[in-house]
Amino acid sequence: MKFKGRAWKYGADIDTDKIIPARYLNTSDPKELAKHCMEDEDASFASKVAPGDIIVADKNFGCGSSREHAPIAIKAAGVACVIAKSYARIFYRNSFNMGLSILESDEVHGATDSGDVLEVDTDSGEIKNLTKNLRFAARPVPPFMQELIKAGGLMESIKKRG
Amino acid sequence: MRPMTITEKILAKHAGVKSVTPGELINAKIDIALGNDITAPIAIREFKKAGAKKVFNKNKVVLVPDHFTPNKDIKSAEQVKILREFAQEQKLTYFFDGGEVGVEHALLPEKGIVVPGDVVIGADSHTCTYGALGAFSTGVGSTDLAAAMITGELWFKVPESMKFVFSGKLNKWVSGKDLILHVIGDVGVDGALYRSMEFTGKPIEKLSMDSRMAMCNMAIEAGAKSGIIAPDAITQEYMHKRAQRPYKFYESDKDAVYAEVREYDCAKIEPTVACPHLPENTKKVSELKNITIDQVIIGSCTNGRLEDLKVAAKILKGHKVPKHLRLIVIPATPFIYNEAMKLGYFDIFLKAGALISPPTCGPCLGGHMGILAAGERSVATTNRNFVGRMGDPKSEVYLTNPAVAAASAIKGRIAHPDEVSK
Repeated sequence: MKFKGRAWKYGADIDTDKIIPARYLNTSDPKELAKHCMEDEDASFASKVAPGDIIVADKNFGCGSSREHAPIAIKAAGVACVIAKSYARIFYRNSFNMGLSILESDEVHGATDSGDVLEVDTDSGEIKNLTKNLRFAARPVPPFMQELIKAGGLMESIKKRG
Repeated sequence: MRPMTITEKILAKHAGVKSVTPGELINAKIDIALGNDITAPIAIREFKKAGAKKVFNKNKVVLVPDHFTPNKDIKSAEQVKILREFAQEQKLTYFFDGGEVGVEHALLPEKGIVVPGDVVIGADSHTCTYGALGAFSTGVGSTDLAAAMITGELWFKVPESMKFVFSGKLNKWVSGKDLILHVIGDVGVDGALYRSMEFTGKPIEKLSMDSRMAMCNMAIEAGAKSGIIAPDAITQEYMHKRAQRPYKFYESDKDAVYAEVREYDCAKIEPTVACPHLPENTKKVSELKNITIDQVIIGSCTNGRLEDLKVAAKILKGHKVPKHLRLIVIPATPFIYNEAMKLGYFDIFLKAGALISPPTCGPCLGGHMGILAAGERSVATTNRNFVGRMGDPKSEVYLTNPAVAAASAIKGRIAHPDEVSK
């Protein structure tokens, strides 16, 4: 899939409490969660993010809780994909399971400013910064995860297994 | 055959193969699949969406509504209701409600629901606690839980293992909590990313089960997939009266391969504090001067066990906390609650001016039962001090062991237990 959108740049160790504070976890309604996405890191995010926008982060994005509400909130806020240097493992698993596109790159974070327009091809892993006219290659998605995506996520792959 | 770590052996057994290698993808049989009132509603929704009718085994799917209970508002009550109805419909053996509920990671070992040698998954990141029993246990998301509830298995990438070898004698007031905070301060919040942390050495062999659980509980705060301690006589003593199923002790081969080995001399480890806003921001208690506090929480899946309440009671005995400070004690399970009451700890806590809460995760994740206002500061025996973790984004949480928490409650600032107790 190809996405084009504005970058929202954040730092290292963005934890799941920043992505969706626990005080809002008395619901799992994606629309409700989206309203509070990134609230404690960037209070303006939820009201200003546009469909197709892209979160760019430093290392260990999504550390902390196992709450799947975190990738759900990001996706429901309209974010097309996340590009980070690395991900906490439960967040990584959850994103593939529920269908949020995430890519890993060591270079994109340092070379991107908030508001830059990025174009991402999740199949080839090519990331373009159209504002700065730069190109990057994301780390390839492991073959097993690619199969999960092709199957339509974990639950679909289980249904197919029967 | 290739020598293996305890983690590799448990995973190989559950994958039905003789040997596994780090990086390998396996499908492993699940002994226990756990969910709570935050994560299970999504898992149950996915379960139903997939057209599933029955869980793979009614004795192996465990639901513990412990986060926002006693139901803090209407929305939370609706979430818990989803779990209650599902538990009834599926005739789950292990569903805990009302006066039976406890903080899940204290409750499951106490009830003997998880046992040594198990593979346990839980839709809660602190599921790694059960490594203290010599089980492989790891946190997953709700969709993974749904898949496990249906099939009784789940895919894993076999983690590399990282060995943490402790030596020497523990200093006074130092517990498992200080050891793990020290390790996280050393390796960082992603220092063990995707790996299994294996804790070994003479001081670990002498460590109580409660302290072992506090250690393995926080493996996730170093990014780890799991934490584990080889089971021994202490494990046997803890398990034999509790275990609901037969269990098996595994141990690492002497020549097992580790991605990294780190050594720590316990003589150099003092009571430790993780300062805002990451568990890796550790300092010795003695380094922190005049950090005034508004609240102290003693509880959680990290430090709400009997040993924790015992040391807190020992320090608080005969003291009263300052008027401006809220001390909240949260025994982690009904059993711990009852024991603490019988042992006279409640008298000490109440005389000290503490509030005793029913078992709940409550304030640890900023749910309820002790939320912070902007600018307020809490010492807590919990596991995370992220921005906004216990309330307002402008509040602060300092993580400590229960002895430091109790001493700090008396002083109204972060204090060393030696300042109030000899």
